This record gives sequence, C-alpha cells and structure tokens, in this order.
Amino acid sequence: MSVLAVHSLSKAFGGVRAVNEVGFAVERGEFLAMIGPNGAGKSTCFNMINGQLAPDSGEILFEGKNIAGLVPRTIWQLGVGRTFQVAATFGSMTVAENVQMALLSHAREIYSLWRPAGEMHRERALDLLEQVGMREAADRPSRELAYGDVKRIELAIALANEPRLLLMDEPTAGMGARERHELIELVKRLVVERNISVLFTEHSMDVVFAFADRIIVLARGRVIADGDAAAIRDNAQVREVYFGTGKTFAQSTSQGAAS
Amino acid sequence: MTLSAFLFQALNGLSTASGLFFIAVGLSLIFGVTRIINIAHGSLYMLGTYIAYSFATKIGGVLGFWGGILATALIVGAIGALIEIVLLRRIYRAPELFQLLATFALVLVINDATLWLWGPEDLLGPRAPGLGGAVEVLGRKLPTYDLFLIFVGPLVLVILHFALARTRFGRLIRAATQDREMVGALGVNQSILFTSVFALGALLAGLGGALQVAREPANLATDLVAIGDAFVVVVVGGMGSITGAYLAAVIIAEVKALCIGIGVVDFGFISVNFSKLTLVAEFLVMAVVLIARPYGLLGRAQATVRSIAEPEEPIRPATPMLKALAVTVLALLLCLPLLAQSSPYLLILGIDVLIAVIFATSLHFIMGPGGMHSFGHAAYFGLGAYGAALLVKWLGVPMGLALAAAPLVALAGALLFGWFAVRLSGVYLAMLTLAFAQIVWAAVFQWEGFTGGSNGVIGVWPPPPFDKSWVYFVLTLLLAVTGVLLLRRFLFAPFGYAMRAGRDSPLRAEAIGIDVKRVHWLGFAIAGGVCGVAGGLFAFAKGSISPETIGVGRSIDGLVMVLLGGIQTLTGPIVGASVFATLQDTVMRQTEYWRALLGAIILLLVLAFPQGIVGAFAAIWRKGKIEKSEGAS
Repeated sequence: MSVLAVHSLSKAFGGVRAVNEVGFAVERGEFLAMIGPNGAGKSTCFNMINGQLAPDSGEILFEGKNIAGLVPRTIWQLGVGRTFQVAATFGSMTVAENVQMALLSHAREIYSLWRPAGEMHRERALDLLEQVGMREAADRPSRELAYGDVKRIELAIALANEPRLLLMDEPTAGMGARERHELIELVKRLVVERNISVLFTEHSMDVVFAFADRIIVLARGRVIADGDAAAIRDNAQVREVYFGTGKTFAQSTSQGAAS
Repeated sequence: MTLSAFLFQALNGLSTASGLFFIAVGLSLIFGVTRIINIAHGSLYMLGTYIAYSFATKIGGVLGFWGGILATALIVGAIGALIEIVLLRRIYRAPELFQLLATFALVLVINDATLWLWGPEDLLGPRAPGLGGAVEVLGRKLPTYDLFLIFVGPLVLVILHFALARTRFGRLIRAATQDREMVGALGVNQSILFTSVFALGALLAGLGGALQVAREPANLATDLVAIGDAFVVVVVGGMGSITGAYLAAVIIAEVKALCIGIGVVDFGFISVNFSKLTLVAEFLVMAVVLIARPYGLLGRAQATVRSIAEPEEPIRPATPMLKALAVTVLALLLCLPLLAQSSPYLLILGIDVLIAVIFATSLHFIMGPGGMHSFGHAAYFGLGAYGAALLVKWLGVPMGLALAAAPLVALAGALLFGWFAVRLSGVYLAMLTLAFAQIVWAAVFQWEGFTGGSNGVIGVWPPPPFDKSWVYFVLTLLLAVTGVLLLRRFLFAPFGYAMRAGRDSPLRAEAIGIDVKRVHWLGFAIAGGVCGVAGGLFAFAKGSISPETIGVGRSIDGLVMVLLGGIQTLTGPIVGASVFATLQDTVMRQTEYWRALLGAIILLLVLAFPQGIVGAFAAIWRKGKIEKSEGAS
C-alpha cells in the first residue's frame, strides 16, 4: 500500500480550477518532488494534503485512511509531519522547548497542569537536536537563531511525532546554494534512516534533480508528467511548460546551482 | 400582543436603529482605515448630546436647535481631528493593546471634562421646533421626531454610500480599508487621510448624539453604554461595512424593541418579563451571528495583524534571588497586622491590594501567555462577587461556602463567554469581551428583583472571627498567594507552554497537533475562575457589592495594572497591581476628577513606558549585564 495516495483531487477558487483531477502516490521511503511553474497548483495541492484547505472533491488516502477535509492537527496526529515555506519557531521559547512542545503534544500531555514542562521529554528533544546538529543551541532563545538554523529546528520539530510521511513546502526557500544542499542532504539522511516518505515542493531545480527519487510535474492544475529525473528532463511537455521551447533542464540545472 | 402593537414597536425600533447606526458607522470607518478601535467614540457621541443641549437652551428656537445640531456635528468632528493629530498619530505603530488603552484614557478625560463643564445632573433638551407633535400610527401616537429619525439613518447611509463609491476621498477610504500600506506606497498623504477619516467618524458620532437631544437626556453614563452598543453592532454587521452597520443596528434595535413590546409573558409555571431581557437578547443575536459568520454579517476576514511587540524572553523558573524576595515580602505582609494597631487603614489598603493582585494576575494569565487581550475581565470579578453575595442574601449560606462558590460561578461564566471569545482574536476579541462584561453589568443592573439593581447587595459581612480585619487580611493573603502560585504553576506546566505556542504562532501550534482554540478557551476559563476568587473576597471585604464596582472601569483598571507592571514578565502584574491599587486608594481618592487623573496616567504609560515598570527595569538590568560582559571580554 502506498503511504500517500491522491485520487482525482480538485479545488476551484471562484471560476478558476486551481487543482483539477490530480492523482499520484508516494511509496514507503520515497523522496518525491512536486514541481511546476508558478500558479500550477502546487501550494493548493499541498495545503489540501496538510489540511489547511478542504478539497472540493477527491480522495487523499494516508495509509489507506481518507484524510481529505480533516484539520491540520488531526492529520499531524495520524503521523504526517510538515515544514513550512517560511520557517519560524515559537519565539518565546528556547530551542529545546520548541522541540519539547511537539513531543508533549505527541504524548498527548498538553492539558497537564501540574508537572513543570521544562524537564519533560528533554532528553529526547536534545537527542533530536543532536541529529540536526543543533544540540549546542538547546538553551538559547529560539528567536535569536539565524534562518538556516531555524530550518534545522523546524526539521527536528517535524520529526518529533515519528511521522511516516513528511510534507515539506519549499524546504530550501530563502537559502543560499550551499546551505540548500546541506539541508537537503541532512533531510535525506534522516528520512532514509527512519524510512520516512517525503513529499516536497521546490523551485530550485538543482535540488530537485540531485535528490528526488521521483518527480511529478504540475501545470495549470493538472499532473502533466510523473517519472524519474531522466524521464522528466526528456519530457517534451515539461520543457514546453517551463520554457515554451525545446531548451533542456541540463542548462537550467547548472544555472540553478550558480545562482 | 396584537399585530398593530407589534408593528408599532417595530417602528420604534427603527428610530433607535438610526442612533445606533450613527455611532457604529463612524467606529467602523475609523477602524477600516486606521486599524484603531476608538473606544472614545461613545464619548464623542455623548459630547454631541451635551453640546447640542447647550445650543438648544442657550440660543434656543429653531436656529438654536436645528442649527445647533449641525454646529455640534462640526464641532465634534473638529475635536476628532484634534485627537487624531495630537494623540493617535503618535501610536499608529504601537501594539494594538496600547492604542485601545490610549483611546480609553480619552474616555476618562472626556467624561471628567463633561462633568466639569456641565455638572452631574441629567440634562433634557427642549422638544424639536416644528417636530414637537405626534402622528397617529396604527392607532397609537408616534412622536414626529421619532418618525424623522427613522428616515435620517437610511438617508445618511445612502449619502455615505454614494460618497464612498463616487468621490476620490471615498475611493481612498475604500482602498485604505483593503490595504493601508499599498495606499501609502502609492504616494497618498496618509496623515491627511487618517485625520479626515477620524474627523468624519467623529462628526457622525457627534451628529448622532446631537439628534438624541430631544429624545433622551444628556447623561454622563452614555459614553460607555453607547460604545458597548456600537461594539455589538459593529461585530454583528462586520467591521468596515457601512451597510452591515445599518443592517445590524436595525436587527439589534428591533430585537430590543420587540422584547420591550412583548413585556411579561406567563408561561403557566413561570412568568418571564421580556422587557428586562433586552441586553440578553442583544447578546444572543451577537452569539448567533458569530457562530454562523465569525466576521459579521457583511464583514470579511481581516488579514492577520502583524505583531510589532517586542519579542519575549523564554520563561525561567524563579531565581534564588526572586524566591528570597518573595519570602521577604510575604513575611513583611504577615507582620502588617502588628503595624496596623496604630493605623488600621493599612489593613484595608492591604486587602484592596491583595484583591487587585489576584485580579491582575488572572488577567495577565490570558493577556500575556495567552495573547488574549480581554477588555472585560470585570465580568468574572462581578460574577464571583455577585455569586457569593447572592448566595448569602437568598440562601444564607456561610462565608466559606460562598467564597468557594464564587470561582465556580465565574468559571461557568468564563466557559460560556470564552467559547465565543476565542473564536476571534486581536481587537475583535477585545470588543467581544468588553461587550460580554457590559452584558453582565447590565443584567445585574436591570434584574432588580434578584440582584438589587443599582442599590446592589448589602449586608454581606464576614462572620466572626473574620470580622476582625487582621483575620480577614490573613485569609485574603492566603488565597492570593495560593492563586498566584497556582497560575504560575500552570504556566510552567505543558498547558502554559501550549497556550504560549498558540499565541506565538497559531498556524504552527495547530500543525503540531495543538487545538489552539480549546487550549485558549480553557485558559480563559481558568483565569475567569481565579478572578472570581477576587470578586468573592471583595464582596465580603466591603460588606456589599453594587453594579458600579463591576463596571467597565474595573476591566480597564486591570489592564492598566498589567501594563503598568509589564505584560512580558510573570511578576509584572503583581507589582503593577500593588502600585496601582495603592495609588488608587491614596492619591486618586483625594480628587473628584480621579478619572481624568487615571486617564493622564494611562496616556503617560502608553507614550513613555510601553514595557511597564518591571519590563523597564528588566531591560535596564539586561543592558547592564551585556555591557559588563562586553567590558570584561
């Protein structure tokens, strides 16, 4: 069974069909990229899967259970982690407390009124921080961190509920080329260790073609291509959508890496 | 009730609706463009009635009355412009809580200025020249002036509508309502736009007030009643929608008029006097609308307000120094009864301060860590106080039981009101909580048979040995310490963390499985319950409780205490409450114009010490520490 299976998912805003009969699947342990030009419907699609938007029609099966229309927190509780396009933390907490918050919620302990939270799940939080390379910063106020570090904290938070599926909305947005690769390498290592499936959207083609196991391409609300990096590179329709001509991704990849 | 009586009441409702519309529409316009909730809008309305009264009586005749109404509108409009230029312009970038407080300070100042100029008596204006008679409608006499008011409201609505649709000024207002930054980026002079919108809103409020002069006496309590009604109208109609404001004004006025029209109905086993239920009806309308449409009938969701407040430090358990300080203060307080033998007043002051500490700490619990700026915390104080006092009055329960019931009554009220309140945020939440508090106040005031109305409940004295002030002081101290420590414990527990997570980023909190509304709702209820303890203690400390002591003024006192101490620290509300309650009991009681004095303190606080006392000290201390460490390295 696929970890995530999307069937004929649709959403219209007014008269515009932002997502139109989209279907795809994410297999266990797969690192799947969803790309497409601006306005292709990636964000809409993403927000329906994470519960931010309710679809007009279609099914979203997570491990066989339909999660379409559920609220984000329920989807999270089922075992789906997520990171945001613009990373941020709970600004009034330390780095460790941010991770502890997610652990407390996962353990269903947030309504506890008595035990001091500072010591609860601290070891596990430090362990997660160790894995994203942020153990040293554990007791610093999280709002003091640099943006690249905030991204790492967010990753530690996303792993706190031991998700089987991780949704990452443009994980490298706003980062430089080297930082970008380091972060994705880290993500890839962590999810492979845990056998977590990942669905991510991305604008940086260098990242997509270097790391994704498989790529699906959205344009005007529809899936126009689905395959590995080589297949997507050679797909005439994809080239058409991105460049309007027969240019290839070989060039774009090198340009992307340079920028 | 017959059909004709029913229709007659409906007509009456329409004339009231016009008055409501005039206040609400200005409030809504000003909010749309400047994002400031002008609490002083009710005061401008009240000023309108007073100024028009002076014109009508001093000059008299047709000119004095009708000319006076127009002149009043212009004068109040000019006052509005002045307020915008002198005060509001300085605080557009301040956190919204401070803007709300600043406009509330204006309420206090304007109220005392009115008292000083016109005196405390109600002033009823003359009948309108030319419209003094009555016409026969459906076999009843309807004053011609009311008929006139029925048409004035829609007339102004149509004029405003066309002005907004067709003129350049109107287009600017609509553009600014949608995207203020963009209008500024396009090179529109924002200062002039803001000033003129504020003046227009004030003018409408002044006009509305002036038109009431032949209908109702000018009264010093009008300001808060008017703003409470206007809030409900604006919340129901939708912020920034002019047509929504009229629609909501009509709905609310009609529901009230019909309640009065229905009167006493005998259901066989119980007879209900509907005319006493007008405020409850208003609340029900609002509740229904907010469940169905959280942004009002014709309103749209506002873009999330960016938080400009200083980022908050992570909370830390008390340092040994703080613990030592707390123990010292506690020991000193326990010694107070010994000192009090020479000056018994000290104990009364001590009890007042401790009650204020419970009140402010419970308010801070939801305001600070919860991020819910309640402008109606007095409701739970009142529920606690009345809950205890009425149990004593009607059932004769002993003090211990009454004091135990106080937080439960307040908790029940907070659970009910909080359920609605957490569905909104920012200024909407502030307005809704204020409206709830007004409803509690009005229910107490109107339900004379049960609550004693304006006389309140008297004779709620503690039994021996608590009749000795030092014993009662020790009891209060015990409960205050328990309350404060309990709330502090909750804040350090996972629940407190979850509450802060929901405040810091609702989106991210939901994304890690936290039901933010539920957490905030429970936080609201806990704060309400603890606040009820303060209310219960207050009732027994004073031996009586009256509507006056649970009015909106107490809610605002709480806000001032929290802000005075500093909202971002856990010890802030304790210091703030102590300083404020002491000032109130000593300095402010000395003058008749204490409201203006309080207003001045608030304005000073908002303009000069936005971090509060403890916050300012903490900042200086941190700065010193950094300099020291830099000097060492």
